Amino acid sequence: MIQREVVVKNRAGLHTRPAASLVKLAAKFKSDFFIDKDGFEINGKSIIGVMTLAAEQGSKLALRFTGEDEEQAATAVCELIERGFDEA
Amino acid sequence: MSTKADSAAREEVVLKGIPASQGIAIGPVFLIHKMDPVIEERSILPEEVGREISRLEQAIARSHKELRKILDFAEKKLSDDKIKIFEAQLMILEDSVLFDSIYGRIRNELKNAEFVVHDEIGKYHRVMLASKDEYTRERAHDVEDVRNRILRNLQEQKLISRLEGSSVIVSYNLTAADALILSRNEVLGYATDIGGVTSHTALVSRALKIPAVVGLRNVSHVVHDADRVILDGYAGRLILNPSAESIKRYEAKRERYHEFEARLAGLRDLPAETLDGRRVDLSANVEFEQELEFIKIQGADGIGLYRSEYLLVGKEVFPSEEEQFEHYKVLAETMYPKRVIIRTFDVGGDKVMMEPVREGNPFLGWRGIRVMLDKPDIFIEQLRAILRASTKKNVSVMFPMISTIEEVRHAKKFLEEAKHQLRNEGVPYDPRIKVGVMIEVPSAAVMAEDMAEEVTFLSVGTNDLIQYLLAVDRGNDIVSDLYQEFHPAVIRFLRRIVERGKKKNAWVGMCGEMAGDPLATILLLGLGLDEFSVVPNVLPEIKKIIRSVKYKEAQRITKRVLTMQTAGEVRTYLKKVMKKKFPDIPID
Repeated sequence: MIQREVVVKNRAGLHTRPAASLVKLAAKFKSDFFIDKDGFEINGKSIIGVMTLAAEQGSKLALRFTGEDEEQAATAVCELIERGFDEA
Repeated sequence: MSTKADSAAREEVVLKGIPASQGIAIGPVFLIHKMDPVIEERSILPEEVGREISRLEQAIARSHKELRKILDFAEKKLSDDKIKIFEAQLMILEDSVLFDSIYGRIRNELKNAEFVVHDEIGKYHRVMLASKDEYTRERAHDVEDVRNRILRNLQEQKLISRLEGSSVIVSYNLTAADALILSRNEVLGYATDIGGVTSHTALVSRALKIPAVVGLRNVSHVVHDADRVILDGYAGRLILNPSAESIKRYEAKRERYHEFEARLAGLRDLPAETLDGRRVDLSANVEFEQELEFIKIQGADGIGLYRSEYLLVGKEVFPSEEEQFEHYKVLAETMYPKRVIIRTFDVGGDKVMMEPVREGNPFLGWRGIRVMLDKPDIFIEQLRAILRASTKKNVSVMFPMISTIEEVRHAKKFLEEAKHQLRNEGVPYDPRIKVGVMIEVPSAAVMAEDMAEEVTFLSVGTNDLIQYLLAVDRGNDIVSDLYQEFHPAVIRFLRRIVERGKKKNAWVGMCGEMAGDPLATILLLGLGLDEFSVVPNVLPEIKKIIRSVKYKEAQRITKRVLTMQTAGEVRTYLKKVMKKKFPDIPID
């Protein structure tokens, strides 16, 4: 299991579009992926789950990856969030 | 029902709302109930699990098909940012984590599909509704919409998309999907309890040119199916059980508008010039790119107010410089060589706000230029986008909600900074781009002469100016009667602004609602206004009035109005003038 902490950097936070990119990316990996925000945990592969997080800019998220490709999954997801979801 | 109640029920009732899309509709009501579906919790036998799951699969497939159809239809009729609403709903339907847990619960808990769907999606819905984030709370409606769509399909109810005969659709609220799908029938008009000018119903009905009144509060409880109503999309009224006289009156009003509109079409290519040769600019207020063709057809001298904040409707973030540039470029190129005045984002007050800010009095709070000056990055991005679109030299920039000279200077500094950046990058722009300010705060009006020294033009925003000058919130029913555009103080104030502005060689225009009120045209002309910027549909009417009077005569009428002491006197006098000179112009 890999755990990572990230801060949401992009202006919009985890709104619909960033949420969709995150879920789509996570779906490419076999590992389970969970996101915890302030003690509220959701499945990172579920769009409806990510939408409920209401993670605005500056939110701290604890990410948890479990599975055979957890290393690659963690790297890819963290990079996407770090890049601010490639938001213009 | 007793005879007494019956006759009471048939009494004419007038409901006031917000005019969202122009036109008059007369016809029977088709009431759309959007109540929560009744969900029964039922236990199933283990051998029924397969059947329950396949029922749900079919319902999801049907919902998917419906949403795809709506999306396709939306792509043809609506712009990009409105399409996103439907995309998000489709994504939820494709959420395998969500549906795996729903299928799992049906298997393990042995409950019916309706109950599990309602309960499982309800968990997310509740969390979202309770969110502090306004955007997330709004998205909760999308989640609810998807849930209700699946539930309806589970219960094998048909989507109400076919109406019998033509009707006025009445509902608590209409989603963009509802309005769009229903419009394939003969919809006469839309009336809803909630919503504002920027609600989905409003946007869609304007795009489809169907009359609509929103924000009628409780109309969906007051009316019944097949009740006769008149929907007045000009004044924002719904008249329930109209009397024979009312129907006659409104039929006449509709007829007058139609005839008049046809006759006005001939004025398209003629200038807005008085009989004795005073030429004014008659421009259009624009919110959406889709309106551009219409404006050209109506014969506008340009765009006197482009409300750039409409780019923010339905958006999660301020659009990027590139995205804005694309929009502004289309405006500038389509209208060329006519002028386009782009007003920088006017957020706050009753307008679009990108972030939820709780203010005790938003109209006196963080809005317009005040917000932009606090957000230099966003402001510079917008100014860069406007400048880049100005290469054909027909673009001007205007700042809203100015209340001090410092704000004007400060905003101009940002403009210089944006120019400086572009120059260094070798990006072309119009170095002599014209700058103007909105005069909508009394302090700016008092300082009109000084304002005029800073800029090329002043544009009076009457809606806010009147509200601030008279201390009346026109959205407040209790006092909205006191919102009087013909209040002598307003007229005298306007005279002052025009005189002082012109003294310093600024041209003075008006882009508030008053500019588009035919009853005010002669008066405003007589005050010496150089430009009228109006909603596109009234443009030909205003042009006709301007073309039918002498400037000298208008000045005489204005002089007389300036001696009056009450709004009532002014209105009565102007109505008399209009009736005599323009018996065919419909005036309320």
